[in-house]
Amino acid sequence: MPATSVASFAGFGLGLRPLHYQDFLRDDVPVDFVEVISENFMVKGGRPLNILAAICDRYPVAMHGVSMSIGSADGIKLDYLLRLKALVDRAQPLWVSDHLCWTGIEGFNSHDLLPLPYTEDAMQVVCTNILLAQDVLERPLLLENPSTYMKFADDEMSEWDFLSEMCRRTGCYLLLDVNNIYVSASNHAFDPLAYLAGVPAERVRQIHLAGHSDNGRGLLIDTHDHPVSDPVWSLYRAACARFRGVATMIERDDDIPPLSELLTELDLARALTAAWRRAA
Amino acid sequence: MTLLSLQRSMREYLLRGADEIRAQIHGDASPRLAVYHHAYRAQLIDCLRDTFERVWAWLGDAGFEAAARRHIESHPPHSWTLNDYGDNFDCTLSGLYPDDREVAELAWLDWSLRRTFDGLDATPIPPDALSGIDWDSAILRILPTLRMTSISTNCAAIWTALSEKKAPPAAAHLHAPLALRVWRKDLSSHFRAVDSIEQQALLMACDGASFAAICSVIAATIESAKAPEVAGALLAGWLQDGLIIGVENR
Repeated sequence: MPATSVASFAGFGLGLRPLHYQDFLRDDVPVDFVEVISENFMVKGGRPLNILAAICDRYPVAMHGVSMSIGSADGIKLDYLLRLKALVDRAQPLWVSDHLCWTGIEGFNSHDLLPLPYTEDAMQVVCTNILLAQDVLERPLLLENPSTYMKFADDEMSEWDFLSEMCRRTGCYLLLDVNNIYVSASNHAFDPLAYLAGVPAERVRQIHLAGHSDNGRGLLIDTHDHPVSDPVWSLYRAACARFRGVATMIERDDDIPPLSELLTELDLARALTAAWRRAA
Repeated sequence: MTLLSLQRSMREYLLRGADEIRAQIHGDASPRLAVYHHAYRAQLIDCLRDTFERVWAWLGDAGFEAAARRHIESHPPHSWTLNDYGDNFDCTLSGLYPDDREVAELAWLDWSLRRTFDGLDATPIPPDALSGIDWDSAILRILPTLRMTSISTNCAAIWTALSEKKAPPAAAHLHAPLALRVWRKDLSSHFRAVDSIEQQALLMACDGASFAAICSVIAATIESAKAPEVAGALLAGWLQDGLIIGVENR
């Protein structure tokens, strides 16, 4: 019977990147889970699937995708979903996530996470696509809030209101990227605390933390090439107060440091969460 | 504007710089659109650099980026996976460097090694599995990751030197045509230069020809008396390299 809920899992994890494959396979790395990029393992065979099998033997795994294109107006690609389902069956992940965005349309794929207008028209497209994906994958999805650098004149609601209604209509869950909230709040001049207050706490299952850059033209860019910044840690403290039983993960995709540095950052996330629990 | 119209407008902006999307954006559109315009191309250039590492080393930063940008403008990505981006980059390079054949041949080799790396799994047969085979009707089943192409330059020597961070030899044309075969054994990709006899024999095997038919073609190509010895040596090499995954009798 298809799962209709995603269990809470209050662990601390890291994104699995090729630079660290051997560290994770050789040592007992002190993480509660690792998050893999689904598309890196949606291959026909060879070393990637060999590594995934070894990782799954040692760590709980969450699957995080970048190519579902849940907001494409011409629909979600069944071929992609079937490939993803085959990987889900192989990895048996804690959950499967992707982004609230679109990556392409009518055969074109930008391979970038492009922003959606927050309109009823877009809501219907997104919800139709989510429901199809959940049917094929036989489990609810987690959708991540994107970093955005523009918003649309036709927007009818805030991003957090869009996320809330999307969860209500589809039963999906949320992966909240706290860095993305901070980046988008800076780029569009909204209050990040209002964002945290606006999303349905009971639907949040995972938090992403990452670094960003200033492009020198008044915009913050979600580059994942720096440590988590102080303002994002502050926002994470606020997130800890609002979301219980949620997994936390640090993403790093460029200028990737030794694993020990990322584990030190993850320890800070653990300490902040523990401090908030003690205070509460 | 419907979501479909907006997404078409954004696609046209990314591909051709079309202005229609600007009216849909809240506030000053230029710096915001520029982020996406840059990110689209930067990611594809990074992808090509990652896949075509030896071509990048051979052409240098400026030459490679110019070629990558030309390819991106003429070959927008269509696949769901970035792994597929780079197919036909050798054709783009062939057009840009018509007198430097080694560039496109290096690209073919980079691409084939990458595609072989995560290609279909298959288990080669052990050498002793050939005992008792009826060779008159035997058909070899060949590894699905095998790729071959004809080459006219010393691209293999250039590729090897670049991968070992050594000074590469100057590009040179081969005295006799060769082919490169690329395959995966266990989890590692390999390549080897082979002569035209082996190339033809392997192509026949991949097309399902019987081993007897392959031997006949070899016998017609070289001195007939040496054909059994040549065919036997090819078979031994294919077995050692793990190219044969089964033998059927038809």
